[in-house]
Amino acid sequence: MNQSSILDFRSGTFFAPIMVLYSNDLEQIEQRLQEKIASAPDFFRNSPVLFDLSELNENNKKIDVAALVSLLRQSGLFPVGIRGGDPAQEKQALELSVPIDSGRSRNDAILPEVKKKDDAVPQVQAVIREAVRAPAMMVTQPVRSGQRIYAASDLVILAQVSAGAEIMAEGNIHVYNTLRGRALAGVQGDTAARFFCLDLQAELVSIAGIYKTSEDLKDAPKKKPVQIYLRDQALIIEELN
Amino acid sequence: MARIIVVTSGKGGVGKTTTSAAIAMGLAKRGHKTAVIDFDVGLRNLDLIMGCERRVVYDFVNVINGEANLNQALIRDKNCNQLYILPASQTRDKDALNLEGVGRVLEELSRDFKYIVCDSPAGIEKGANLAMYYADDAFVVTNPEVSSVRDSDRMLGILASKSRRAELNMEPIKEYLLLTRYDPDRVESGEMLSLDDVQEILSLHLLGVIPESKAVLNASNSGIPVILDEKSDAGQAYADVVARYLGEKRPLRFIDSKKGFLRKLFGGK
Repeated sequence: MNQSSILDFRSGTFFAPIMVLYSNDLEQIEQRLQEKIASAPDFFRNSPVLFDLSELNENNKKIDVAALVSLLRQSGLFPVGIRGGDPAQEKQALELSVPIDSGRSRNDAILPEVKKKDDAVPQVQAVIREAVRAPAMMVTQPVRSGQRIYAASDLVILAQVSAGAEIMAEGNIHVYNTLRGRALAGVQGDTAARFFCLDLQAELVSIAGIYKTSEDLKDAPKKKPVQIYLRDQALIIEELN
Repeated sequence: MARIIVVTSGKGGVGKTTTSAAIAMGLAKRGHKTAVIDFDVGLRNLDLIMGCERRVVYDFVNVINGEANLNQALIRDKNCNQLYILPASQTRDKDALNLEGVGRVLEELSRDFKYIVCDSPAGIEKGANLAMYYADDAFVVTNPEVSSVRDSDRMLGILASKSRRAELNMEPIKEYLLLTRYDPDRVESGEMLSLDDVQEILSLHLLGVIPESKAVLNASNSGIPVILDEKSDAGQAYADVVARYLGEKRPLRFIDSKKGFLRKLFGGK
């Protein structure tokens, strides 16, 4: 189709060891780390690592993130994330280009606060967000039976999607034509993803893994523009007026 | 440079070889030097439909392997001296073909011919892929029933993504629909998909509708492309197809039920 061959975004998960810290004594940490690495040098060589400070912060043990990051790097590890840090630690981490793992960060409200205090931080954040969210993918040709399209973003299709075709997007899906194939929006679990199409004759529609097959879609409006979204773990199909 | 046409469908038995023979003959009859190639290695049929099976000495695979040159393998048609047939090998299989070899043969033919018609085997495997890879135009042959339509749709996806034109980011293959074995009476009674039903799913440029016709089987058995049977409905429909492909405007024929017409006329049962 019309995607260029220079790059594309694919979804994927990768595994990284999470280093949970119980002590803020850098010397002790370094010693223990060297022992661990010596026990499995192949495993740890150039390995990404995420460090978890939640235990420390719960016990009010402060640690200097800059020193920790430099210690990890000296040991041949690549810190790729911080988890459970306090606002100051997270800010420090971002300045060192270590992203925040907000999935389990206990304080999600931190980010806007940080934004107000310091200009440098939002800049880094903006870069990270941009990298994660690719621009919407646009398809102008019909998607034929047997073709699969994956968008790590929103997906906009201007032509028909045939039965036996499969379109997937991490974000919203728009089909400005008839949809006869399978459509999966929010495939990485985005429950806010929505789905729009002009004529719903789909074999299957799914948002964040919650799906309906054509059997369940029998009563849905035909030959009319609809939107589909999730409410209370259920797909709501609504005619657009 | 020749224009390379692939006649394809995905599904078998829908009329690819009949169509290849008919349109190749139709183009040649209009004075365009045309070659028709049988890509169905191992299940060669085109020579039968063209009535030249007794004159096959060398075949497509021989030419690809350098065991014969093109002029030795090409068979001049007995009805039209502008038409040449390159038969498939019956003793080999699709693995005897390769992309580079097919490309070489097509390039050599391109120097001399105006149109090259590639008769694709059924399926979406190697043989079908090689037949369509170098194409400029695709005639997608479809019967008015759901499985054929689905398979054609699949083939269209492959044309759009795996052809040379797609890979080189050139202007895409021009895709045309040819609806064959159309029986207006059965459409009327709801046993068959209508032209509109098919077009709703495929939305392609329609080149023509070929009615289900006894003339087709007769033509196959006697080895004379049906387009030469100018009195037959199928023959006329193919002549229309060729004319439309060459840019003429022709009204669609053979799509209305005769029974329906009579019923309307006499207010029948």
